[in-house]
Formats: sequence, structure tokens, C-alpha cells
Amino acid sequence: MIFNDFNPAEDKLFRIMDDEGRVINPEYMPEVNPETIRKAYQSMLFARTADLMAVSYQRQGRMFTYPPILGQEAIQAAAGMLIRRDDWLVPAFREMAIMLAKGVSLKEIFLYYLGNEEGSNFKDAHHVLPICVPIGSQYLHATGIAYEVKYNKKDEVVFPFIGDGGTSEGDFSEALNFAAVWQVPVVFTIQNNQYAISVPVQRQTRSINLAVKSVAFGMPGIKVDGNDFFAMYKAYQEAIQWARDGKGPVLIEAYTYRKGAHTTSDDPSKYRTKEEEKLWEAKDPLLRLKKHMELNNISLMEKEENVAQTDLSPAELHSGIITKDDLFAGEDTLIESYKEEVDRQFIAAETFRAYELDDVFKHMYVEMPDELARQKADYEQFLRWKEARR
Amino acid sequence: MSVMNMVQALNNAFDIKLAEDRSVVMFGEDVGLEGGVFRVTEGLQKKYGVERVFDSPLAESAIVGTGLGMAMAGLRPIVELQFDGFTYPAFNQIISNVSRMNNRTRGMYKAPMVIRFPYGGAINAIEHHSESPESLYAHIPGLKVVVPSTPHDAKGLMISAIETDDPVIFMEPKRIYRAIKQEVSDEKFSIPIGKAKIVQEGTDITLITFGALVRECQKAAEMAKAEGISVEIVDLRTIYPIDRETVGASIRKTGRVLIVAEAPQSFSVGSELVTIANEEAFLSLEAPPRRVMGFDTIVPLAQGEKFYLVTPERILYEMIQLKNY
Repeated sequence: MIFNDFNPAEDKLFRIMDDEGRVINPEYMPEVNPETIRKAYQSMLFARTADLMAVSYQRQGRMFTYPPILGQEAIQAAAGMLIRRDDWLVPAFREMAIMLAKGVSLKEIFLYYLGNEEGSNFKDAHHVLPICVPIGSQYLHATGIAYEVKYNKKDEVVFPFIGDGGTSEGDFSEALNFAAVWQVPVVFTIQNNQYAISVPVQRQTRSINLAVKSVAFGMPGIKVDGNDFFAMYKAYQEAIQWARDGKGPVLIEAYTYRKGAHTTSDDPSKYRTKEEEKLWEAKDPLLRLKKHMELNNISLMEKEENVAQTDLSPAELHSGIITKDDLFAGEDTLIESYKEEVDRQFIAAETFRAYELDDVFKHMYVEMPDELARQKADYEQFLRWKEARR
Repeated sequence: MSVMNMVQALNNAFDIKLAEDRSVVMFGEDVGLEGGVFRVTEGLQKKYGVERVFDSPLAESAIVGTGLGMAMAGLRPIVELQFDGFTYPAFNQIISNVSRMNNRTRGMYKAPMVIRFPYGGAINAIEHHSESPESLYAHIPGLKVVVPSTPHDAKGLMISAIETDDPVIFMEPKRIYRAIKQEVSDEKFSIPIGKAKIVQEGTDITLITFGALVRECQKAAEMAKAEGISVEIVDLRTIYPIDRETVGASIRKTGRVLIVAEAPQSFSVGSELVTIANEEAFLSLEAPPRRVMGFDTIVPLAQGEKFYLVTPERILYEMIQLKNY
């Protein structure tokens, strides 16, 4: 099991691909066919397109705020491909891509950041909690959900997410402890993107890494290269198996980089250098998967399925038989079609029915208290006065 | 004198106290290098060093709990909680220890610390960034709760807050952090905690308010002038200990009182002020005291805030009801 081979106490990092997309740990390579890889790349590409457009909508003044996931797509693509319909997703607030994979619509995500609570009412998604803003508090909910799963002998796994900053909250430790004591099926993910707003992870903890915190709570943990799609995929496969087999919780630290700002209100140039950003640019998860696909002659679009999945050298690749351009022909067209889809979803959110007074009140309680109904009626009286005064 | 907004005035207060008192330290999430998400502590780490102004790990309970430890040991920490809605993880430390230590130890261990955070709505924020929890804190025995409404007041009240030996919850009205600029003395000065201020005198109605809504009340008072209503505005400045004397005198003078605040109205500062109106001015009242406050709901997200926020027009409407009673 990879959890034994990559001991976080020795600060081992689980990788399958290097930065150039070459498979360096073939013995761990998950069994994925070109179609799966293609799907992975496409889902990452869609997430990136949507993410960049979200930031752009905000810049245009069409959306209030947005927390970009730029650079963290591989983690969520891997989890998104393995999470089942009945499994639970318990997000923090930087999980747009896996929320989409779980059936949340982009329209709903946009609606939330357009300032409408209806954006947390996921019509077609099953077992997805709303985004959770109080840092780390969602981790406890995941443990509680997993208790129900075990209690009712269900075959479900719970997937909570947290950032590196969130691991300093008491709720993080308490959730891990409870889950381990109860031996419930949770796959805890830490998206370590190196920063909690302006504070680097080095000033968040003196632990050698974040995965090692699993040791104290008595559960398997692993530090995974979060920009390596295959490593994330393999780690999730084993973690899910472990949890589904009733062996208890698992902790995955996905070591990655937040390429964007904390939210659109944040300016990273205040606290990090261009050099550092450049260093991580070379480790970009899409770029890496693309390089891998090029090396292994896997096209972006469905064709040439017959070519064996072998590592071709760049020289071979350029030998004239097949070119990079051929493999990724159609990428621009694909991005254009994604952009159109994202824009359709955004406009659907923008043109969502107008917010009404009743939206403030109707879900505060299951049973509306008389006092609250009185407050609403008072306000309606004010509105009538206001109207008459015009 | 310099022209300052509230961010600059608070920064100036910290600067003065850090310079003159080595026991003052400041910390919280993003407080050091970045100077806080609203830049209220900008430049202070550079000037006073990382031992005195620093970033903490992300944990509100730890920020307040370690702050209390520092305070008991002789420091005067000023801790920042990043938003109103993020203060609750620290609630246990505040209600169970910070507020009680002086009483518990019969005065042996004091808790001279300031717990500061931006509060209130109208910034189009996501959930947990728009709340007004003053009554939660004012209800806890042992705490002083202070809310400034201008840059001048922010500076003078913050200096008092740092210097008092009791723990202070200092709520900063984020929507007017940069909206109001005024001349503020560069010298050290303080404004006493526990004293309200008459912002403007009037004869028909007393508006009692604090923080960001003082400005909205001033706008409403202008509108009321056209309706022939003379308005007196009382800015509480301090929620607890509340200035019963000033509040009572003003209501006795006008005979009508409207309380204006943003928090959910039930069991609120508004509720307390209605009590004080009855206790201090019962025989002078021309009409039952009224409140214009938030609903008993969560502050809606940006699209719904227009229904929730207290506007000058709504204040005017309430004043007319009160006048016509």
C-alpha cells in the first residue's frame, strides 16, 4: 500500500509523474486508459476555463467575489472521477471543480457569488454540502456524516476538504480524532496550496508536513504531489478502498500551489514573489498532464486509440510521425465551446429571478415564528409607505 | 492635525501605544506582514518588529486564549479576529475565561486585552462577513464593548481600550473604514469608555445609535427636518457599560425614542435601551419606544441586503410613526 511506502514522518512525497510528465514511479501507475486520461484533462480544462472566467466576471463588476482554484485542478479532477453518487462531498470554499463533478451546476456556484442563497440549494447534486466559510468547521460535519454511514451500514465514503490554514483550527484536530476513535469512513483532504491568505504554511505549523498529523491521531496519511493527476488518482483509489473496507479514516495532504489570489479581494504581490510564482508555474497540473499525454501519444480528442501507451521521447515525438499539434488539435475549439457553456451558466445565474423580501425570511426556520412574521409584515408596511410617498 | 480615515486613525492609535509601551503586542491572522485584510495594522510590523506585531496561525480560539495568557503575565495584547462572523470559535475563551479572570482570581489576574474585529454589513460580502454581534458580547459580564463611529472617536476610544485593565471588545464598523475622513489630532488623546456623545441636539425625537449607523441617522435627521421633526442623535460609543445617564436625559427631553442598529432586534442592544427608556423616562414618554433594527434572520447575502440594512428612509418612516402616535 502506498501509505506504507510513503511515510509522511520521513517527509516522503508521493509522485508518479515528474514535472515533464514522465512516469518516474511506474509501479504505482494506476490502471487508467487513454479515455480516462483524456476525460481528466478535459475536466481540468473545463474547471480552469470556468475559474478564469469567474475571476474575469468579478473584474467586470458582474460578481461580488470569488475564490479561484487555479492550479489545484488535478486534486479535484482525481477525486471527482472516483467519488460515487452516494458518497458525500463536504467542501470548504475552494472546491469548485469537484463540486461540478458531484453534480452542482456552475450556475449555482455563480449564483452564490452573485449574492444569492439559492446558490447553495443544489438542485441536481446528491450528498453535497454547501460551501463552508468558517474555516475548518466542516471537517467535523464530515465525521458526523460518516458516523451515520457506519451506523446504518452503508457503503458510502465522506470527502471533506480543508486548506493548509484550516489545519491550525481546533476543529481540524477534533474531527480527525473523532473519526479515528469511531473508525468511520472519511477520506480527509488537505489542499495545501502554501498560503492562508498571506500567511505561508511554514508559519502555520512546525510539523515537517501536514500529512504527518495523521500519525498522532492513529490513521494512515500521505503527502501527495497535488499537481500530479496520477498520484492523486492512485492515492484516492487506495484511500477510498481503505475507508470503504471499514478500516476507518485516511488523511491525504495534496501538496499544491494557489496560483491565483485568496479571493478576488486579495493581492498576492503583497506577500509572495514573482520568482516563487514562476517556479510553481513549471509544475502546473494541466501542463504536466498535457506533457504526459504528448509523451504517450494520447490525443485530447477521441482518436488514435490504437497507439500503445508508451513513453515516447520528445525526439520521437518530433520525428514526423506524430506532432504535438496533432494530439492537441481542437484544444482551442474545445476551450471556445467551454467558454460558451460557462457564459451560458453565468447568464442563467445573472438572470435568475429577482431576490424577494420573502427570500430573507422563508428558510430561517422550518416553522416560521409569529415574531418573525410580524417583523416581515412591519417591513411590508414600510414598503407601502415608501411606494405611496413617491 | 491630519486628515485621517478610520483605518489610519486606528493605525495611529496603535502606533502611539506601541511606541510608548513595550508591553503592547499585536497579533492575529494576516496582521503582521500584510497589515490585516483591511490594512488597519499596515506598516506596524516593519516599524516595531515581528516580536511585537505578528501573524498567528489560523485559529481564533488560540488567538484569544494565548492573548489572555499574555495579558495575565503582564503584556497588553491587542488581538484581531478577521471578521465578525469568525469571532465565534473564540467565544469559549471570551465567555469562559477572558471575561471572568479578574473576578475568578479576586483581582489577582487581570485581562488587559483588546479583542478587535471589523463588523457589520453593506459590503456585498459572503456569509459570516456582515454580522453585528455586539449584544452577544455586551451580555457577557466582565467585558467592555466599544464601537466608534468616526476616525476621531476610533483613535481616542482605542487608546482608552488599550489602557483599561478590563478586557475590551472593540468593534470596527468596516463599511465606514475609509468612507469618512476628518481632521484628527496627531497627538495622543483618549475618549472615556462608558460615555455616550450627543451628535446633534433636537427637541422632538431621540435617535440612539452607534457605529456605522450614526451616519445613516444623520442623513435621516436631515430628511426629518423637511417633515418638521427636530432630531437629537445619541452615539453610544460604548455598548457596555452603557451610558444610562445621557440616554435617559435625552429621552426625558424629547419624549420620544427610536433605537437604530443593525443586529437582529430580539434580545438586543435595542431591547436594553427600551428598558432604559422605561426605567429612566417613563413619565416623559409621549409614545412607546421604537426600534429599527435587523430582522431576526441571518444577514442576507448581497442581493438580499437591501431588505435587511437599516436605511435613512426606514429611520424616517419610523420617526414619522413615532411622531404621529
